[in-house]
Amino acid sequence: MKIVVCIKQVPDTTEIKINPTTGTLIRDGVPSIINPDDKAGLELALSLKDKFNAHITVITMGPAQAEDVLREAYAMGVDRAILLTDRKFAGADTLATSHALAGALRKLEFDLLITGRQAIDGDTAQVGPQIAEHLDLPQVSYLEHLDFDGKNTFTVKRRVEDGYEILQVDGPCVVTVLSGAYKPRYMTVSGIVGAYEKEVEFWGFEQIDVVESKLGLKGSPTRVHKAFSRGVKAPGELYEVDTNEAAGIIISKLKEKFII
Amino acid sequence: MDFSLSKTETLFLQMIREFADKEVKPLAAEVDEEERFPVETVEKMAKLGIMGIPVPVEYGGAGGNNVLYSMAVEELSAACATTGVIVSAHTSLCAAPILEFGNKEQKAKYLPKLASGEWLGAFGLTEPNAGTDASSQQTIAVEDGDNYILNGSKIFITNAEYGHVYIIFAMTDKSKGVKGISAFIVEKDFPGFSVGKKEKKMGIRGSATCELIMENCVVPKANLLGKINEGFSIAMKTLDGGRIGIAAQALGIAQGAINETVKYVKERKQFGKPISAFQNTQFQLADLQTRVVASRLLVRQAAFKKDKGQNYSTEAAMAKLYAAETAMEVTNKAIQMHGGYGYTREYPVERMFRDAKITEIYEGTSEVQRMVISAALLK
Repeated sequence: MKIVVCIKQVPDTTEIKINPTTGTLIRDGVPSIINPDDKAGLELALSLKDKFNAHITVITMGPAQAEDVLREAYAMGVDRAILLTDRKFAGADTLATSHALAGALRKLEFDLLITGRQAIDGDTAQVGPQIAEHLDLPQVSYLEHLDFDGKNTFTVKRRVEDGYEILQVDGPCVVTVLSGAYKPRYMTVSGIVGAYEKEVEFWGFEQIDVVESKLGLKGSPTRVHKAFSRGVKAPGELYEVDTNEAAGIIISKLKEKFII
Repeated sequence: MDFSLSKTETLFLQMIREFADKEVKPLAAEVDEEERFPVETVEKMAKLGIMGIPVPVEYGGAGGNNVLYSMAVEELSAACATTGVIVSAHTSLCAAPILEFGNKEQKAKYLPKLASGEWLGAFGLTEPNAGTDASSQQTIAVEDGDNYILNGSKIFITNAEYGHVYIIFAMTDKSKGVKGISAFIVEKDFPGFSVGKKEKKMGIRGSATCELIMENCVVPKANLLGKINEGFSIAMKTLDGGRIGIAAQALGIAQGAINETVKYVKERKQFGKPISAFQNTQFQLADLQTRVVASRLLVRQAAFKKDKGQNYSTEAAMAKLYAAETAMEVTNKAIQMHGGYGYTREYPVERMFRDAKITEIYEGTSEVQRMVISAALLK
């Protein structure tokens, strides 16, 4: 069984502070981490490796320093790591990113492709499903759990707004995983010691299978209209009362503000 | 000269900090209060390779080095000093002497089990009448065919109750004094070996510190560690390495106490402002953190020299002396900055203060470290 996991290096948004005068993000000294949904996806792959001896390739697209997350993945136990990096990929929105990744994935064999649901620095949840469309593969998003029959069929539980669905899907297929689905394992000491001795493959435009016009800034239809930080909200009032009384208070407050 | 961390060290710190924060810190107060050996933590550490960090891969270890090992003990101790000393005694005092002085068969037999954490290691040198004067050993070993028969007892032995293998020192030739001591690898199931009473301690209360009793204990000759009558030198060299571990433990306690204090002084308000706004708080924290960073540089220097195969005995003594006394000063002042709350068990600095004291005593008292350092200076 062969698995490919797409991961992304993101700033640890829990560590980001806002400059109080300019209202902009202070990114200096903010650590970079594996995106939490992707890390859960990595754990799903590693658990399948434990049980079914699956071979795991991780792939990421980004600048040279994104290599660090691939080393971390090695320390957790993956078998192969590819860094997709090329000036031609720069400035990509989600569509151009998914085209580049799909271009690389056309060069790889796999039964299961795992991505995180979404990245904490963009929250779009688009790249995984877009890859599945480009490769014309079945996809299951918002995955909470996956069972493998040891042959070619996956039974998956996916979260939907009012509950969950249980589906069966044959490989090769794409799943996008929720961060709470699998608790990522720690890196092992021997994994860490060996992580920088292993090979990280650098792939550029020449190594992948995609039309150049779909890549980078040129291939990105998204235009950012305006970026702004939300104003500070007032702390609000807190009432510790029973439900009936609470409903009464809410109604009177809404009336006060002429909302109802 | 390069003081920056390597990529491997950075990745290692990321892992060990997360592990200490999520798996070790939540248990620290309970382990202390109930004097409970954290078996579940040792199992988790074993799985990740933390019980065999500097042991080479060929012997089942993680293939790391002493710098990584010292970082592990520091970070674990910042969360829980009991957990730190379990790893330190196991690694520095049991696995390390087997790696350094053991023959091929002994390394093949014991190191994979120790490095994987399947077995826990301990070290027995101290006796009721042989503390700092370690040469006054009363435990004796007498040849008997293919075996040595050991009689005597050891006290204050870290990991004793949960240990599987012990490095035990005994007199093989009383007439030769220091030059008549030998080292043995003793398994807990050897006939005549038993673990005695458990000590009730001021700090590191979760570590199982007990007496070891040898009553006609049968130890195969194959388990003589190093050469006959060279045990005292093995003990002293082993303790040189152990001091890196204990220095790292003291350093961890000190940094842990500062971290707790920084959090507290920002929250605690008196006279209408957080106490972190008072210059007294600021200056004290500045002095303490400077001492902690100085301790860290000493610890890493000693570990680095050991990794390079250089003589590190004086550096290890300096690291332990300075880090231990720093841990005492930092935890003492951390309580003072916490005020009355710091004196209660609601805040971890009370435990850290009790844990810090032992680092000035075991694996060579601060006075012994001064002897080692001045002897090198005045030779």
